Amino acid sequence: MTETSTAVVHGPKREGVPALEARRLTKHFPLTSLGERGRVVHAVEDVSLALPEKTVTAVVGESGSGKSTLARLLTGLIKPTSGELLLDGSPVGTSARERRAYTSDVHLVLQDPFSSLNAAHSVKYHIERPLKLHTKLRGAELEAKTVELLERVSLHPGTDFAAKFPHELSGGQRQRVAIARGLAVGPRVLLADEPVSMLDVSIRLGVLNLFDELRENENLAILYVTHDIASARYLADTIVVMYAGEVVESGPATQITDSPQHPYTQLLLSAAPDPSRGQAPVLRGKGSPPSLVTPPTGCRFHPRCPFAMPVCEERTPPPLPAGADQVAACWLLAPPTAEAASAG
Amino acid sequence: MTSLDPALAAAAADPAPQLEPAAPRHSRTRRHRPPAKVLVGGAITLFFVLMALFGPLLAPHSASWVANTTNGTPQAPTGSLWLGTDNMQHDLFSLLLIGSRSTLLIAFLAGAIATVLSVAVGVTAGYVGGVADEILSALSNIFLALPGLLILMVIISPLPVPDKGNSFVIGLVVAITSWAYGARALRAQTLALRGQDYVVSARVIGERRIRIILFEIVPNLLPIVAASFIFTVIYGLGVYVALCYLGVVSPSSGSWGTMLQGAQSNSAIGNGWWWWYLPPALAVALVGLGLALLNFGIDEIINPRIRSARTGRGGVKFQLGLTPVVRAAAREGDAR
Repeated sequence: MTETSTAVVHGPKREGVPALEARRLTKHFPLTSLGERGRVVHAVEDVSLALPEKTVTAVVGESGSGKSTLARLLTGLIKPTSGELLLDGSPVGTSARERRAYTSDVHLVLQDPFSSLNAAHSVKYHIERPLKLHTKLRGAELEAKTVELLERVSLHPGTDFAAKFPHELSGGQRQRVAIARGLAVGPRVLLADEPVSMLDVSIRLGVLNLFDELRENENLAILYVTHDIASARYLADTIVVMYAGEVVESGPATQITDSPQHPYTQLLLSAAPDPSRGQAPVLRGKGSPPSLVTPPTGCRFHPRCPFAMPVCEERTPPPLPAGADQVAACWLLAPPTAEAASAG
Repeated sequence: MTSLDPALAAAAADPAPQLEPAAPRHSRTRRHRPPAKVLVGGAITLFFVLMALFGPLLAPHSASWVANTTNGTPQAPTGSLWLGTDNMQHDLFSLLLIGSRSTLLIAFLAGAIATVLSVAVGVTAGYVGGVADEILSALSNIFLALPGLLILMVIISPLPVPDKGNSFVIGLVVAITSWAYGARALRAQTLALRGQDYVVSARVIGERRIRIILFEIVPNLLPIVAASFIFTVIYGLGVYVALCYLGVVSPSSGSWGTMLQGAQSNSAIGNGWWWWYLPPALAVALVGLGLALLNFGIDEIINPRIRSARTGRGGVKFQLGLTPVVRAAAREGDAR
């Protein structure tokens, strides 16, 4: 981005030091196939995010918007091209020892519960491994803790579920096991990459409520990655909208969904299903996400934007205030053009 | 009733008898009978394994026993000498039983060593990637390209005589030329597995790399490891028989390959002494057949599509070179 980025930190605003903070994270994946060497996929561009305790932050965007890459950057699974991670305000080291310490504070729950559990191992094994790695519990205590964790994610009776293998469980039960494994780590930050998108609609609410409980009871800082803006509104304190690797808008969840300021957020909301709507939705915008190898100049959304202006093609919009705690990266909100738009 | 009481009392005293992991783990294999190939292949293999274990003990005569010292021509099978004798008047039935041990021992030893090597090289290359992958892949490609038997003869010829009779040394040398194929297959499958979410999850909870390889990836490679092991045993069997036949190794206790070499050097085929060369040749072929059937059977268990194609579900049969097409007329009939 340009000099205009004054590193606005997205995420819920709370007193004190956030549990996990990302400063200007950028990830470019190099292309390796012949003839494309030297070019990169701009997966995540200059994202700053703070995750305070006892909050849920939702990252919303369509496929390829970089939201999953952001979650993996936050776990340290992939190394950022630039930018840094701060855990409780201090930078995260890169040595194997510090990496392992970091894994006990930050956990990632993956999208597909059918492949995130190893078919070769029992449920008990999946829960015990993080306990053995990060706690000193052994023997009977270990077993008791395993059962307790399973019952905390509503798998009753825990002793029965511990003995089962993943193929004997339903999708929702598997996702609960995956979450219980996350809790076994004893994390302060839980990152969930589309945790309900592979689940039956009937089970989704149960899992979302589970996250809600965990926020209250375990003081977790939760990052909820999703493409479903309705569930984000239900669960999250703050919504961060990503498009083509950049944050285009962020703010309190109800505010974002009630009065979206960025045209892309408006497009997302107009596409969300609404049972009370009589006729087919009128989509506010058209087209599909751009190539991230050669992203559009200026605002990356301008080729699809119904309000595109000449300036959008030339300069990247900075995050501009769009309400209380709400920012949107759109030239429509810049004072002079905003007047022009309202006049015209 | 009274006989049940102690059991009931014990159950009541034990607070958590249901803790026992009684869950059926492989319900699929339990529901379906193993394919006939596995049963036949397993029976043949078991027969020869038992022969290798107990044959030398059951052999009526020792390897150096001779029927008489005056006759110089092989004797045809009789009631007392079931497979006749060779030109030195050794009992061929005893030689077949005694020879089975070293033949199968070296085949299985080579298979085991080669499997350990191929898992170590293949899985490491696939999981670690990068420069390590390049080096290990290049190494396995070199071993794939080398003509195995020739290399074996070059390696074994200069060995001191006691080593040539040492089963472990011979097994190791055979393994060196036979691990590369399995390593390639395992590397490819590891590449597919390492991106799986359960591997990512293991990394997220902070598992060490070696633990991920051994406990998350290798258990899911077991079918391929088993198939690769059996394949290598067949290869090792053939190679060891060939080495004995060529006289590169001559184990003191004898082997099936040594018997074939004796038959060859005395023109047994030309002279019609079938009882000399046919039994060891058939034994080699049968062991190979048994193991191959076992391997195909494992394939069918792993990949049920092969089995359903064979049984011709819905009257569709796969024939060589022809792609079966369900007739449109039949489909319309179903719909109505």
